[in-house]
Amino acid sequence: MDKSIKIKIDGKGIIAKEGQTIVEAAEENGIYIPTLCHLKGIIPSGSCRICNVKVNGRFLTACTTKIHDGFEIENNSPEITELRKIIIETLFVSGNHYCPACEKSGNCILQALAYQYRIMIPRFPYIYEQREIDASSPKLILERNRCVLCKRCVRTIKTDDGKNYFAIEGRGHKARIILDEELAKTMTEEKAMKAMENCPVGCILKKETGFIKPIGERKYDKESISKVCVK
Amino acid sequence: MNKPVIATTSLAGCFGCHMSILDIDEKFLELIELVEFNKSPIDDIKTFTKPVDVGIIEGGCCNSENIHILKYFRDNCKILVSLGECAMMGGLPAMRNTIPLEECIKEAYLNGPSTVNEEKILPNDEELPIILDKVYPCHEIVKIDYFIPGCPPRADLIWDALLHLATGKKLELEYESFKYD
Ligand code: SF4
Ligand code: SF4
Ligand code: FES
Repeated sequence: MDKSIKIKIDGKGIIAKEGQTIVEAAEENGIYIPTLCHLKGIIPSGSCRICNVKVNGRFLTACTTKIHDGFEIENNSPEITELRKIIIETLFVSGNHYCPACEKSGNCILQALAYQYRIMIPRFPYIYEQREIDASSPKLILERNRCVLCKRCVRTIKTDDGKNYFAIEGRGHKARIILDEELAKTMTEEKAMKAMENCPVGCILKKETGFIKPIGERKYDKESISKVCVK
Repeated sequence: MNKPVIATTSLAGCFGCHMSILDIDEKFLELIELVEFNKSPIDDIKTFTKPVDVGIIEGGCCNSENIHILKYFRDNCKILVSLGECAMMGGLPAMRNTIPLEECIKEAYLNGPSTVNEEKILPNDEELPIILDKVYPCHEIVKIDYFIPGCPPRADLIWDALLHLATGKKLELEYESFKYD
């Protein structure tokens, strides 16, 4: 039997299973901790830091940290909310996000997080960095203006024999997502669809599938991401 | 008490936000009981004739004229509000920000598929405002006090915001009306 562990999140005592991460334990107990680079069911990479919480006074990423008895976790404090806002605002100004013209609008995690934290305008100036769009593959478009370099595509979309379709090329602000030209030619419909779904933003787009759901019926139109994720 | 005075303008926008103001429909009759309009396309008053309480800006800044008008509003309005995505982040006009200006102008006036310009004339007259290197959100040019998001912002949200501004009450934004599109 799984050993149960007692922890506290924002002062509320909860019981979780040994081996669970903070994000998993919270979700099971109906508590929302925001995630962006993490995708349920895969090994977390801890790269975006949106899930930052304070554990016994120290900042840790909740998607990568396994729970231990006696953890006292701060999740909704003003300090942490402020940090999360800064991360979201940084992502908005370091890409080019024109939500009204975006295929993912209404279904986008980055946008939903901005709604969750009621971000009106970023505190930083826009950079408007030049990023190249790649529509050369038969099924997919890479709209790099919107990529947040979360690597969800790299980590989850693979051929049956385990080869990566996606990779990150370059470093620092030049880093960009690329798609293997040869493998892309034989990509199945399902894989292409999965790639679009797993991308949290509107960077990976399956050709001819944008704007399918009307405004009002999209994932985060009526309910905030905190409600959609913790049901 | 005198009615609060409101002014509005459209800079680099599509007038969609102003259309959304009109979309409050019959509530407009209530609105004009509550507030007085000064400089605005709605009543066609071209210059400020008195100090204004609330200035509402649609669109970002894409040329020198936009900057001039925006500063003119800041100088004459106690409170300045950015209305809609273009005012708040540049919006669709800002999609040109990642393309060099020269390329944009050539595409518009020389090479565009529907362009007929045999004499190859480019707009260059001192009467015309100068195009800026980029399209800027209003808050990067002057201080903006409040923001009403949306593309365009929902008419109900505009109504609520105007009502709260006119009565000086705090507005709690509903999740469903807080949208970037
Ligand atoms: S990816 Fe998300 S945040 Fe970026 S433009 Fe699209 S909807 Fe907006
Ligand atoms: S393309 Fe999408 S999934 Fe891949 S790294 Fe960029 S944002 Fe993440
Ligand atoms: S979700 Fe935990 S670091 Fe990105």
